[in-house]
Amino acid sequence: MSKKLIHFIDITKSYGDNVVLDKLNLYVRENEFITLLGPSGCGKTTTLRLLGGFETPDEGQIIFDGKDITSLPPNERNLNTVFQKYALFPHMSIAENIAFGLKIKKKSKAYIDDKINYALKLVNLDGFGSRTIDSLSGGQQQRIAIARAIVNEPKVLLLDEPLGALDLKLRQDMQYELIRLKNELGITFVYVTHDQEEALTMSDTIVVMNQGYIQQIGTPEMIYNEPVNAFVADFIGDSNIIHGTMICDKTVEILGTKIPCVDEGFGTNRPVDVVIRPEDVEITAPEEGFMAGTITSVIFKGVHYELEILANDFEWLVHTTKFYTVGTHVGIQVIPFNIQIMNKPESEDEEAVEIDA
Amino acid sequence: MVKKTVSRCYLTVIFLFLYLPILVLIVLSFNDSKSRVLWGGFTLKWYFSCFQDETIMNALTMTLKITVVSAVLSTLIGTLAAIGISAMKKKHRAIMLGATNIPLLNADIVTGISLMLLFVRFTNLGFVTVLIAHITFNIPYVILNVLPKINQANRYTYEAALDLGASPLYAFYKITWPEIKSGVFSGFLMAVTMSLDDFSITFFTKGAGVNTLSTMLYTELRKGIRPELYALSTLLFLLAFSLLLVMNYQSDRELRHHPTVIRRSE
Amino acid sequence: MRRLMRQLLAGPYIVWIIGFILLPVAVILYYAFTSDTDSFTLKNIAAIADPVHVKSIVLSLKLGFSCTLVCLLLAYPLAMILSSFKFRHQSFVVFLFILPMWMNFMLRILSWRLLLSNNGLINTFLEWTGIGRVKMLNTPASVVFGMVYDFLPFMILPIYNSMTRIKDDIIEAAKDLGANRLTILIKIIVPLTLSGIISGVIMVFVPALTSFVISDLLGGGKVLLIGNVIEQEFMQGTNWNLGSGLSVVLMIFVIASMALMNIFDKDGGAAVW
Repeated sequence: MSKKLIHFIDITKSYGDNVVLDKLNLYVRENEFITLLGPSGCGKTTTLRLLGGFETPDEGQIIFDGKDITSLPPNERNLNTVFQKYALFPHMSIAENIAFGLKIKKKSKAYIDDKINYALKLVNLDGFGSRTIDSLSGGQQQRIAIARAIVNEPKVLLLDEPLGALDLKLRQDMQYELIRLKNELGITFVYVTHDQEEALTMSDTIVVMNQGYIQQIGTPEMIYNEPVNAFVADFIGDSNIIHGTMICDKTVEILGTKIPCVDEGFGTNRPVDVVIRPEDVEITAPEEGFMAGTITSVIFKGVHYELEILANDFEWLVHTTKFYTVGTHVGIQVIPFNIQIMNKPESEDEEAVEIDA
Repeated sequence: MVKKTVSRCYLTVIFLFLYLPILVLIVLSFNDSKSRVLWGGFTLKWYFSCFQDETIMNALTMTLKITVVSAVLSTLIGTLAAIGISAMKKKHRAIMLGATNIPLLNADIVTGISLMLLFVRFTNLGFVTVLIAHITFNIPYVILNVLPKINQANRYTYEAALDLGASPLYAFYKITWPEIKSGVFSGFLMAVTMSLDDFSITFFTKGAGVNTLSTMLYTELRKGIRPELYALSTLLFLLAFSLLLVMNYQSDRELRHHPTVIRRSE
Repeated sequence: MRRLMRQLLAGPYIVWIIGFILLPVAVILYYAFTSDTDSFTLKNIAAIADPVHVKSIVLSLKLGFSCTLVCLLLAYPLAMILSSFKFRHQSFVVFLFILPMWMNFMLRILSWRLLLSNNGLINTFLEWTGIGRVKMLNTPASVVFGMVYDFLPFMILPIYNSMTRIKDDIIEAAKDLGANRLTILIKIIVPLTLSGIISGVIMVFVPALTSFVISDLLGGGKVLLIGNVIEQEFMQGTNWNLGSGLSVVLMIFVIASMALMNIFDKDGGAAVW
């Protein structure tokens, strides 16, 4: 594994009575694409702003490349930010915008011109240098914002919901662009978003945050397949979260039915949350499943149908490629490997989160 | 922290610069001595004699008359004009707005003189000529306050109302008016403040018998300063303060986003 | 059809424009270019070259420039401080700074006459401190002082307005790219408030240039600005043609100064009003 480039140590930040981050610990590896993911107010943007130098923590330290940068002003940090609303300088041309940071560093004219051309090529806006900002579309402005940041050759690029203001199609295109850029530049990206799809598509590592606490850190696959609690499961993708009881190793009871699973070590008769992804639910004949119910809704979603099945007083969300009619009596089956068992949240804080979500 | 202290000191200094003169007037208005420096005890006598002073009271009545009548008429003409202008083609609109800018940009002394030169050809200077002059410089402010509101207003809602069977008048009253009324109101208030404060244009168009507060004060100040004027100042300051509070309350945001609420005085 | 009906609402105003905006301009031009026998002449315009008039217009320009410069230097930091306030009563504080503007103009001058006069409060204070009395009233400086006091809010407001339109993230972006405070001020804040500065300069310079009351009341008749010369031609002398001629020259100065300011305003965004 590559070395740890950024280290947040026991960071606490509050605005008035509102504690935004509470003893946050997090490290970012070199050349990693790390995404801070969570609902608004979860502290992800604050974390990024602390790193950018726009805020100072109440307590704790930020170590960057071996040096304590906790109270260093933004203009002395070797990292650059791409802002949510681009924050391009409206009174300058595109080339002047890109050259801004380089001029401050007193680079030669030839070097700056070179860099501008290189950056414009990189973001596919070759030849746009003399244009004004307001002649650009939102997507183009975002590319310029990225170009303006990367010409300074930062070790880390911070991106604060950079695609939030773009429409869906453009957002998807830009996701691929960003991955390509990341690979070409070979630098660290710290990305903030509330969009789980964005996070899953682009990241090496996802940090799921809620109410100032880190819920889970892991690869997209880990986060999706093995959410550690109901919040993460619910926030990432659709899922059926069911209250259950771990009867003994490899057996869990949900909705009055005992079903086999692969998890061990939860003890006996312990309350747990059971997560089952909608695409993991198999529809069978009524008598073949571990539970039977009636289809209450069918919606065509393009690649699949989204079904709701009422079984044992629970609305199951099911994705299937086969068509069923509403009212059909069917069975439900899930293979043990696809049943994810999670401990119940312990603190009241987390409980509250669950209700919110 | 140092920066903050410096900022606050700076604000305080400017604040004192702006308010010290007003404060002095207020204090002197309660001073039982004609001295400008020595305190001779508290009195309200300047207020009583201010209210009994015929010159001051006549000027006050005249000012209020001119202000109210000119503000009402210019609001009426200006609002109608703004609606009309918004329906015009681009070229015509540009011509109208260009003409509207003339009294705004021209020096007051030139506006006053040119109106006077026109008036004396046809009539004697007096109440009516002052009124016409005030309406002339007030209308542009009304238009500048109302026009953005009309442009902002959703023009399809008016058409939708017509589509649903409303008469144009009913549609205007029910749909357009609510959207523009804050602009009309601030236009009216601006016309009031402009009229209250104007000196130059009134000075040239007023003739012998008519005096507003500004022109009366000009004559008085050239003669010397009477303590009654301190009392008058205090009252007018309180009036301006409360008027602005109302305005501020009415459209806190608009005051900041339309620099149109200001005009050079004199 | 309906559009035409709506346009007709502007009818009374169109009549008003013709009668009371355009016609007066035509009349003053007529006076300016004719002699008292109604024959065409340029001597009323050329009269500006008369040494007395040259002196007064030069003095007007000088005092106008000084007043504008002082206002700008005072108002810019003030607007910056005010816009950096993020507390709840921000608009009320701004309101306090423009409130004096609503006090009757003549009374504001009255108060400065009181303060600046030889036996006024400031001189009494100076004498008490041992510095001794200084003649302040009836000097060009007192006229500039009065102008600054009168016109300062007109500089504050447009600059403050343009300052509040600068978004926080623009400043943060500049910091992020390595700019220090001075660079941010020069490269970002000043260019982005240029239209406000220009509006403010025009709104202060034009009335300062054309003023005649302030110079009359605080200059004690000793400070003769071009406005005073014109006023005297109409109110004391009887040469209306000459007065009109000088007025037209003054108009040209006003237009020229605005045109000049607009050159500085690259993006043409300066809304004077």
